[in-house]
Amino acid sequence: MATTYFTEDHEWIRVESGVATVGITDYAQEQLGDLVFVELPEAGKSLKKGDVAVVVESVKAASDVYAPVDGEIVEANAALSGDPSLVNSAATGDGWLWKMKLADEGQLSGLLDEAGYKAHIG
Amino acid sequence: MADGQFKSLPLEDMHKGAGARFGGFAGWSMPLTYPPGVMKEHLHTREHAGLFDISHMKLFEVSGPGSIGLLNRACPLDAGALSTSQSKYTFLLTDTAGVIDDLIVTRLGEDRFMVVANAGNAAIDEAHLREIAKGRDATVTPLDRVFLALQGPEAADILSKAGIETDSLTFMHGIEPHANWFLSRSGYTGEDGFEIGLPEADARTLVGKILSDPRAMWIGLAARDSLRLEAGLCLHGQDITPDTDPGSAGLMWAISKDVRSEGDFIGAAALRKLVANGPAEKRVGLRPEGRQPVRAGSALFDNDGNAIGRVTSGGFGPSAGTPVAMGYVTAASAKAGTRLFADVRGTKIPVDVSPLPFTPHRYRKG
Repeated sequence: MATTYFTEDHEWIRVESGVATVGITDYAQEQLGDLVFVELPEAGKSLKKGDVAVVVESVKAASDVYAPVDGEIVEANAALSGDPSLVNSAATGDGWLWKMKLADEGQLSGLLDEAGYKAHIG
Repeated sequence: MADGQFKSLPLEDMHKGAGARFGGFAGWSMPLTYPPGVMKEHLHTREHAGLFDISHMKLFEVSGPGSIGLLNRACPLDAGALSTSQSKYTFLLTDTAGVIDDLIVTRLGEDRFMVVANAGNAAIDEAHLREIAKGRDATVTPLDRVFLALQGPEAADILSKAGIETDSLTFMHGIEPHANWFLSRSGYTGEDGFEIGLPEADARTLVGKILSDPRAMWIGLAARDSLRLEAGLCLHGQDITPDTDPGSAGLMWAISKDVRSEGDFIGAAALRKLVANGPAEKRVGLRPEGRQPVRAGSALFDNDGNAIGRVTSGGFGPSAGTPVAMGYVTAASAKAGTRLFADVRGTKIPVDVSPLPFTPHRYRKG
């Protein structure tokens, strides 16, 4: 059973068996506008919470997406190389950004749940 | 920044009603995108027509017997050689031929001219023009206008249906069709189109008529930027600044041969020297390989790793279908086809020097 968490930086984190799938929320993709490029991380890369994991580029600007927790990248969403607009059309589904093996599941308790995130974006 | 720090457009309520997303630009709260988004807005403008609120830009009327003398001193321009209704792209220059601002000057009458200036430089330009006006029989009057642009292949027909005939107006000409109106065939997209300065009440009526035509829609500042970048047009503050001159910017076409050799404009001596020596660097188009955009501020390197320039504007070109950029490189690296490398967050992205514009201009030159 997967549990989904959120961050104040507008990411969602779906955790299943110690592996987190991370993407940006629908609210975030709307704010960014049409994406034209996603700079994806290499598998095997270790990230600390707050490190830049991915850079999403809209027509106008580049925006960093941060690692919400510590962990090691196990996979990046290769489909985004061919079609970055998947993040716009399916932010919480096929437009996921990366999967990471959690270093410390205890960090998840510091994240928001869906109700908390909805309250955050108002 | 808080909203209160930005000036609001007179038609802000119309943009809010249209669902615009706002952001700060040059001291103004501007519509950046509307619900269709930058990609659709950009392509719609090239295919049909886009309506832009550019009221952040400033119109000045320069009038009086000394107005030609004022403009010829302020700009590398022969204002007296312009025929009535003719427009000219020109500059205000520093003593060292740096670009204070780029302008469009239109002759309205014997000794009346319209000057259109950039939002972020309006106050500087006004002070500069007033300073030069001292001792001349000329007046600089900032005008309180809404300023709209309608751009795209269907712009002329849409205006015609809205009751504004433009058949006699060719590219880079401007007229006063009604009191306190200024209508020019010009723009910042590379497409045929018009810029219209008019009182707010008239503007509200005109916007209603234009938007009742399904071929027209509001276009935000984000698409305005991607359209002008594809068209190879400079944004002052990025691609031209007080630290760059018209020679290195590749804009000497805007200065007639006589003015180059004989003109007594501010910066003339410095510009002549720069042109005689040949510019050390040149503005060029840059086409990144692959899909990753290269943005303003990226350093440029040659094949041997030497730093040879910088990107001044960059993004994705929706019509080009690829990333597009422009920047300054050393004269030796400025030839079209030269392979360079842009530093993007530590990665060297291959970019090729490319002719400008990226999308062909489609002006109606008559």
